[in-house]
Amino acid sequence: MLVQDMEQIFQDKIDREIKIEPKDWMPEAYRKTNLRQISQHAHSEVVGMLPEGNWISRAPSLKRKAILLAKIQDEGGHGLYLYSAAETLGFSRDEMINDLLSGKAKYSSIFNYPSLSWADMGAVGWLVDGAAILNQVMLCRTSYGPYARAMVRICKEESFHQRQGFDALLVLSRGSKEQKAMCQDAINRWWWPSLMMFGPKDSESTNSDQSMKWKIKRKTNDELRQQFVDMIAEQIKTLGMVLPDPALKWNEARKHYDFGAINWEEFWNVVKGNGPCNKQRLAARNKAHDEGDWVREAAKQYAEKKRNRAKEQAA
Amino acid sequence: MHSSLIDYTIHLADSTHILSQRNSEWCGHGPILEQDIAITNISLDLLGQSRNFYQYAASLMNNDTNEDQLAYMRSEREYKNLLLTEQPNTDWAHTVLRQYFFSQFQFLLFEQLQNHNDPQLAAIAAKSLKETTYHLRWSGEWVIRLGDGSEESHQRMIVAMDALWAYTGEMFIATPYELISGIDFKALNENWLAKLQLLLAEARIPIPENTYFQTGGKTGTHTEHLGFMLTELQYMQRTYPNCEW
Ligand SMILES: [Fe+2]
Ligand SMILES: [Fe+2]
Repeated sequence: MLVQDMEQIFQDKIDREIKIEPKDWMPEAYRKTNLRQISQHAHSEVVGMLPEGNWISRAPSLKRKAILLAKIQDEGGHGLYLYSAAETLGFSRDEMINDLLSGKAKYSSIFNYPSLSWADMGAVGWLVDGAAILNQVMLCRTSYGPYARAMVRICKEESFHQRQGFDALLVLSRGSKEQKAMCQDAINRWWWPSLMMFGPKDSESTNSDQSMKWKIKRKTNDELRQQFVDMIAEQIKTLGMVLPDPALKWNEARKHYDFGAINWEEFWNVVKGNGPCNKQRLAARNKAHDEGDWVREAAKQYAEKKRNRAKEQAA
Repeated sequence: MHSSLIDYTIHLADSTHILSQRNSEWCGHGPILEQDIAITNISLDLLGQSRNFYQYAASLMNNDTNEDQLAYMRSEREYKNLLLTEQPNTDWAHTVLRQYFFSQFQFLLFEQLQNHNDPQLAAIAAKSLKETTYHLRWSGEWVIRLGDGSEESHQRMIVAMDALWAYTGEMFIATPYELISGIDFKALNENWLAKLQLLLAEARIPIPENTYFQTGGKTGTHTEHLGFMLTELQYMQRTYPNCEW
């Protein structure tokens, strides 16, 4: 069959909302885009464990510590499902992890910001998981089957994380003067980076059109960002806090909130490695990996020994 | 009788809490993602157990204390955890061996404690036993895997054994407040040793000959590590007292 025909059949399936499965024929660019996106997503889950892990030992109550630990553990689980989904595209988890550790692969830039107070745990849950959910709800209907299915499992947990984050902030917002200040400060620091999570403006996003045609994405960056602003601008009213954007205002004609300009220079710099914690995050992942080397090696050797002993016994 | 029961319950709470805190240091830094999740899970289980014990102790004290007051507002001289539980993670070998020592002890203890005449302690022990069974299997498998794995892992297990062995004896030396618990410490010790010997034979690790054990944790005399742990752990409650979180 001609490649054009294959592409025709492929696009036809996508148009009819039939999921693409690992053994199906797919254009090389489709495979690569999915692999890049799913592995980046997996890396984000794992690197995302670090800023929140920063507060486990100092969590202010036993209940909050339990919630935080369970949340971070969930993120590790998300990493596992996503690495498995990415592996169906013919690249091993070890190779993906090597790309992360060498700095070749990217992860969500949001995790290159520091978590500086307890309130950050609430703000991250509410804003960062909140932004992630909008993207992930869309991805539950993405065209690549294994990715879509992983997202369905993950989304349930993410919405729980967002609610818990909001709940942690709600307690602070009703607390002492210091707690209120802590809450507002965390929102001030995490708001703009959360907006950047949706990626560059549609007018500057390079592979957006193809991704939409292949239904890898179903909404553009700007559509998702607007959806997020509309959601948070309403939710913050319950907290009695403010978003750090004087231009934020309901636009009756558009039926959306208008909002101020994003600092894209900062965005691109964080992507390039100049964020406040890029080096620390990568160093922490490398340290864990290097220090775990002998453990993985021992496990491998032990498994081999066990296999050989079983063989000897059978002989 | 009453104050001994409170002390004993707080001791059980502190040991599980402090070990949970130690294990949680691995979260996000484990040697491989599956094991990062596993050790975090154990940390969570132990935290859950400690909350049950703290809440029970608080109810026995019937003033207006609560689990957080007990966990966050007592000093290191008031903490009654086993010295073993506050020992640093150092490496994966220390971590899994510490966990095995503790889980094997906890398993045998909870087997007895689930029939205790105090219904609340009995209920917590019975409820925790399932988790402990999993911790025991997980840590036991790792002790064997590392002991009988590579040359390096074997060496590291020997080092870990040397560092931690002196803290195992304390588990079986009853303090005055434990005497009322009705726990048969002698049987506990014998059964623990018997299980340990079987496991270590498979892991090819010798039991150290030293039988001089460090004690004091259960009565508030700790190693130098605990003070730093509590400094971090209690930072928020000490800095912002009387707040809800
Ligand atoms: Fe996640
Ligand atoms: Fe999440």
